[in-house]
Amino acid sequence: MSGTRTTRTANMNRLHELRRSAVNHFVTGLAVFSTVLVLVPLVAIVGYLLYKGASSLNLAFFIHVPAPVGEPGGGMANAIMGSAVILALASSIGIPIGIAAGVYLAEYGRGRHLGNLVRFTADVLNGVPSIVMGIAAYSLIVAKQHHFSGFAGGVALAIMMVPTITRTTEEMLATVPHAIREAALGLGIPKWRTVLSISLRTASPGIITGCMLAFARVAGETAPLLFTAFGNQFTSFDMTQPIAALPLQIYVYAVSPYDEWHRLAWAGALVLIAMIMGAVTLVRIFSNRGALQGGH
Amino acid sequence: MGVDIRVENLNAWYGNTHTLQDINLHIPSNQATALIGPSGCGKSTFVRCLNRMHETNPIARAEGTVLMGGLDIYKDASPVEIRRRVGMVFQRPNPFPTMSIYDNVASGLKLNGFRNKRMLDEVVERSLKQAALWEEVKDDLRKKSGASISGGQQQRLCIARALAVDPEVLLMDEPASALDPVSTAKIEDLIFQLKSQYTIVIVTHNMQQAARVAANTGFFLNGKLVEFDATTKIFTTPSDKRTEDYITGRFG
Amino acid sequence: MMQPGLDKLPEITVPVEPQPSAADAAPSAAPSAIRLFLQQRSAGRWADGAFRGLMMLCAFSIFAIVALIVFVLVKNSQLSIHAFGFKFFKGTSWDPVSGDFGALPFIYGTVVSSLLAVAIAVPLSLCVAIFLLDICPRPLRSPIAFLTELLAAIPSVVYGLWAVFILVPIMRDNVGPILEKYLGWTGFFVEPNFGVGMLTAGVILAIMIFPIISSISRDVMKAVPIAQREAALALGATRWEMLRMSVLRNSRLGIVGAIILGLGRALGETMAVTMVIGNHPDILKNLFAPGYTLASVIANEFSEASGDLYLSALIEIGLALFLVTIVVNAIARLLVWAVTRGESAGHA
Repeated sequence: MSGTRTTRTANMNRLHELRRSAVNHFVTGLAVFSTVLVLVPLVAIVGYLLYKGASSLNLAFFIHVPAPVGEPGGGMANAIMGSAVILALASSIGIPIGIAAGVYLAEYGRGRHLGNLVRFTADVLNGVPSIVMGIAAYSLIVAKQHHFSGFAGGVALAIMMVPTITRTTEEMLATVPHAIREAALGLGIPKWRTVLSISLRTASPGIITGCMLAFARVAGETAPLLFTAFGNQFTSFDMTQPIAALPLQIYVYAVSPYDEWHRLAWAGALVLIAMIMGAVTLVRIFSNRGALQGGH
Repeated sequence: MGVDIRVENLNAWYGNTHTLQDINLHIPSNQATALIGPSGCGKSTFVRCLNRMHETNPIARAEGTVLMGGLDIYKDASPVEIRRRVGMVFQRPNPFPTMSIYDNVASGLKLNGFRNKRMLDEVVERSLKQAALWEEVKDDLRKKSGASISGGQQQRLCIARALAVDPEVLLMDEPASALDPVSTAKIEDLIFQLKSQYTIVIVTHNMQQAARVAANTGFFLNGKLVEFDATTKIFTTPSDKRTEDYITGRFG
Repeated sequence: MMQPGLDKLPEITVPVEPQPSAADAAPSAAPSAIRLFLQQRSAGRWADGAFRGLMMLCAFSIFAIVALIVFVLVKNSQLSIHAFGFKFFKGTSWDPVSGDFGALPFIYGTVVSSLLAVAIAVPLSLCVAIFLLDICPRPLRSPIAFLTELLAAIPSVVYGLWAVFILVPIMRDNVGPILEKYLGWTGFFVEPNFGVGMLTAGVILAIMIFPIISSISRDVMKAVPIAQREAALALGATRWEMLRMSVLRNSRLGIVGAIILGLGRALGETMAVTMVIGNHPDILKNLFAPGYTLASVIANEFSEASGDLYLSALIEIGLALFLVTIVVNAIARLLVWAVTRGESAGHA
């Protein structure tokens, strides 16, 4: 009697063990399968982009402006130039303001309510959809000037860069040891000089990384440019007028019905991705090598 | 040449904690003066009040009079001006990690706008010699980062950096507490040699160190200056029972 | 910390005389020159104040920017707000010609496409997070993490381009028929399926928000102390039981935060969605049918909007989108912040 009961319990135990181990294997398998599943679109996107883009890319793409509809050839020289100008404007506004705000948070606003409020507002701004940023830039600049302009596009992108840069700058400055600031203050170096030459310089590899990432993020933005920079079929450097931009051109060509334009859209996407990936990879190499030797 | 320091009714707070209570003392010029006491007794706060570093902490506050060669540092000068006249060496070596050895030493002058290259070279060499570091680093002054040398060398680098601005007073907050015995001995030698040119105030928890380098010693306890006298007197016949207890290791 | 006392004192109270050395070189004329220079140098009180003021100004410009955005959105949507009031959000007709504007189809499209995206992305993201945290062989870990980071760096318009030429045909020719055959009875998957519609938008959004959810939930899972995981394993738990008992249970708040953050991104996403959702203001149960979102109606119609009321209605849609994403993001930030703050406190 008692013998059968123990066997039964043993059997049940074994069954239970089997079930546990089966569940465990199932979940493990599921995790592996999911990872493969999400890697597929990535490989598909990058692979197809390389294939389509590389086969459409030629010198003409970089030096010619778009050909009229129906004619073969043409390039996106105007869009590449336009993007360069807009991004230069965005960086020259966004980077200084972002870094300065980060400096305020890390060096002056620590532990103050005002600092927390700025931090929270930066996070809010970071979450604002880029299309809304476009509306704001439109209402503030385009509507006042009564025409689209590269300037408005640059401002919209600059505003999008600020919160990212502010938060990275603050985080990077927080990693600078307090002892180093004390050393500088103890030498009779004024605070502003200490911040510039000691804190910011020590944190510079991380801050540069943050700026590059912010740059890479806005470089591909299309939505804020739709009704600010608007686009232009010709090469223009006049920031008070509509100006072409690479992401904008890709969008227009992608939704167009012409095969020739689709080809150019793929080439443009490849160039855009190469630019962004280049920046991200550079940053990775840079930030690894930029780590301080010795010390700490 | 150094100047003397006269402290009258100095009080200091951290938030609501009254860390220094009515300190009165006179630190003579061109001598080393040691401050001893258990940790948390206020001796570090005291030296940080002498170059107004205490107030860099937003919750910290100091009141009273500190006369440095007759100048009231809390009334008649700004913190930056005071700190240019008073060098400070901290508990842990804190060279600027992004700067070369040369730039570390020259930083106090360069970052204050000193541009004369030839004179900078002279000052760097002299300061490193004064800090007994010249021979060890002269070949890679501009090649090595200030953070890449050993801990003992880093602390001497910090001393050289403090000396480069030609201060009148040198404050040292437990300068050897993070170092090995050999490096400690080197730092003590240095203090011994420098004291004829500067007024040196050294905080230490090592009583033998105080006895070796200082002419006068002050004993702090719970934010109060219990006793201040010639070092020999403090260590042989202290007049206060608490000093004697501390010296003989009966509490702490 | 106590040092030896009186018994050792006699030998150490007699200091050795300083050894003459190079370091003892008499101060030349230079020191006084340096002292003089530093004394004449301004203490920089003016520069300090100006610098601080400048930094503060830049920090407050962030307030100003947000305030300005809110201001222009509210001001420029007044016309529409007064014309339609709250009815704007209940109206189903979007007729620029007769000047009748209701935002419900766009709200519906935004919510459905985002929820679809979350429903697809969450299980996958969590599986990948678990894979990277616990199962993945060490040498593969950082390449895969790097790949998912790359996924996050691809611009929206490039996702859109890929979706238009690759994903749309796949959804039309391969995925669609299968769904129709097996799940057609639910009413969610009814032919005709042109590949352009709500479902495709949901899929492309899922791919886009996957990196965010995956990397943040990995961070919060990492925050669970190793000791807790080891304790579970020591009790004889299998890997899955350990993950469920210690890791998932302790990080669920942060994972919810990560999901909401992903939702916030999906709600505001514009280009890729605009390129594949079909852009037709309908409220249909059928996920194969085209839809329209708040962001894509702005992207499509803003620069062509004729008439003040039309423009104002579009700006009111922008305002609604702005407010919704702010609320969603704030909730997500608070959740993630609560979890990661707990972690740093644990380390201190």
